[in-house]
Amino acid sequence: MRKRPDKTLGESLRDHGLSRRGFLKLCATTASLMALPPSLAPAIAAALEQARRPSVIWLSFQECTGCTESLTRSHAPTLEDLIFDFISLDYHHTLQAASGEAAEAARFQAMEENKGQYLVIVDGSIPGPDANPGFSTVAGHSNYDILMETVEHAAAVIAVGTCAAFGGLPQARPNPTGAMSVMDLVRDKPVINVPGCPPIPMVITGVVAHYLVFGRLPELDAYHRPLAFYGQSIHDRCYRRPFYDKGLFAERFDDEGARQGWCLYRLGCKGPTTYNACATMKWNDGTSWPIEAGHPCLGCSEPKFWDAGGFYEPVSVPLTLGPTTLLGAGAAGGVIGGGLAAMARKQVKQDAATRQPVTVDELEQKL
Amino acid sequence: MSVFDPARAHPAPGATCARSAREHGHALPILHEIRHALERLLASGEETRIDLQSMPFGPGDLERLTAVLGQGEVQARVEALGPTLIQETAIPGVWLVDYRSLEDQRLSYQIEIATLPEILRPRPEDLAESLAALDARLSESGLDAAAPNASPSSS
Amino acid sequence: MSGSMEFLLWTKGPLFNIALAIFAIGLMARLVEIFMLGRAPNYAEPRAHEWPAGLRTMLTRTVADPGTFQRAPFNVVVGWVWHLGFLTALLFFVPHVELIQGVLGFAWPALPNPVVDFATAITLLALIATLVHRLTHPVKRHISTIEDYLVWAVVFMVVLTGYLAYHRLVEPYPLALGMHILCAEILLIILPFTKLTHIFTTFIARWYNGAAFGRKGVQS
Ligand code: SF4
Ligand code: SF4
Repeated sequence: MRKRPDKTLGESLRDHGLSRRGFLKLCATTASLMALPPSLAPAIAAALEQARRPSVIWLSFQECTGCTESLTRSHAPTLEDLIFDFISLDYHHTLQAASGEAAEAARFQAMEENKGQYLVIVDGSIPGPDANPGFSTVAGHSNYDILMETVEHAAAVIAVGTCAAFGGLPQARPNPTGAMSVMDLVRDKPVINVPGCPPIPMVITGVVAHYLVFGRLPELDAYHRPLAFYGQSIHDRCYRRPFYDKGLFAERFDDEGARQGWCLYRLGCKGPTTYNACATMKWNDGTSWPIEAGHPCLGCSEPKFWDAGGFYEPVSVPLTLGPTTLLGAGAAGGVIGGGLAAMARKQVKQDAATRQPVTVDELEQKL
Repeated sequence: MSVFDPARAHPAPGATCARSAREHGHALPILHEIRHALERLLASGEETRIDLQSMPFGPGDLERLTAVLGQGEVQARVEALGPTLIQETAIPGVWLVDYRSLEDQRLSYQIEIATLPEILRPRPEDLAESLAALDARLSESGLDAAAPNASPSSS
Repeated sequence: MSGSMEFLLWTKGPLFNIALAIFAIGLMARLVEIFMLGRAPNYAEPRAHEWPAGLRTMLTRTVADPGTFQRAPFNVVVGWVWHLGFLTALLFFVPHVELIQGVLGFAWPALPNPVVDFATAITLLALIATLVHRLTHPVKRHISTIEDYLVWAVVFMVVLTGYLAYHRLVEPYPLALGMHILCAEILLIILPFTKLTHIFTTFIARWYNGAAFGRKGVQS
């Protein structure tokens, strides 16, 4: 098993023959990776020099491995860099060579040796404590038990992907497995959410790099998402925004507006309500991103995006109400109104039938 | 609110007619930023770096930007943790720095407004060791054995 | 857990259904009630047809006559401005058109966002002016009821939250949008039970008056 090295990152990098220019470059690209301004590169250099690689335990629960797939496509740093230079990935049951008993032993060893200091990364949702534990197990243990046991002495938990962060697709109605998010279950440890379906690979590594460089957790929003990556909405950084502002919209995927690259709001773009870094960091090594490819944003980094109405319905369209419900309500209203009016009429008739004419004299007598 | 896209009125000289119809207007603000940075460089020597990968560019915006900046006389390549390609633009003091990985993928693409990009300059720590490095090489070469007045190594 | 996105989805989902159901039921109940109440049969021979007079009155009472204008120019001008602005934003803003399409199954072309934005800004200013006028004009102030202020507040909040959301002046955006939808839902819910019902009854009432006068052969 890999032991946690005593050397700082700066020392071990130089032992690997990294030149000072190479180190400068690492810092410049790390700043870029962490969505920090290039002017912070010197601060990063100073911090990286002193940094110690954290031990990382990666737990996979109810997930599609898409997040791990995304991570292995990350190019800056490459997964190899990440595993061997930045962190000590001590347990990841998809990527590690060991299996079975040996793998579980590795997890316990890492937990023991780095008590209170290791990071836990989770992808996938967890059948909650009240759900049937049999829906998802690893080595015969329920996901819930493994999570709680591993998190107990962790420094922090990073929930990677929308499933771990918010429940994700497994939690879609009717949520057959009782899926819950890490945040729902882990209350006494710092939880960082890195949602996305999958998250942008650079964002996953960027968050880990942030912890490594500064030795603390990044600033988070109300959903525990790092502000550096999730601080601005897709809409606010979308290059199609000028078309939105001018009111130029594609209305079908094959119309002139679509060809002109106009705004995709009317085709269901959830960019206005979605906070993620796609518009600047982009996908596939910065090649392009969904909206640039002509497809509306699905809102994949937001809670409940799986149950938030049709992907091709605009943000303003209500979730469940349609013409038939409205007609039903109108009809019910008609019936009620009819009933009320009928009652009123009856009252009038009754009053007319039992009317006691009163003369002015009688009235004056009463007074 | 929606300002009339000013970049549309002044298409970048490098943009071809076919592409200029799809102006997304994100090159212009960067050019203004470069202008301010140049003013600072001239006035106080302050250097500026702009990370082009954090910009919400639309298709063609980056090309339009680099086309306006043009090509200068200097091209350089640094081999450290993969290649870094440096290109002087047609504007002296404005450099394009392309950090690439060992697999030659782009890690970061930045504009530096400086007399010389940081990565081309020797690191101060390296510079401090330069005399020693030369002396070491000299003694290795055996040339100094013939010259009795060789300067002593400074420490 | 509950955050801005859950709030937005709640306003777009269950609450929207409830609000629209109350609105539809309430409004239909009131309209049917009004129509069914009917009138006492009039045995007098009509002097003229009801329809032309009714339709004419719908128009004439919409456009203020010179006398009214001279007596209360502020009411006429500002009233017109904010009603038109409000309707422009309500009926021709792209997201609203999409909403109408989603709920009714049909819709109409929308106006460009800058036009709607302008109309909204004007509406906001006009609404503030109406409140100031209401509070400073002694007669208006005297005859104003709680309901008047409530209706003003709800309408104003709908426009204000919409303006803030469009310009993304409140973070996070799902909260801003949720607030706007919530205000609109409050408007829908109180609509059938307050003077806001006039959205649907004004023209009926104007026709009714005109028709009654027309039948008697008097001008209205
Ligand atoms: S395409 Fe989507 S994110 Fe971009 S401007 Fe339009 S609505 Fe906003
Ligand atoms: S564009 Fe939207 S749906 Fe697509 S990856 Fe980005 S946040 Fe997710």
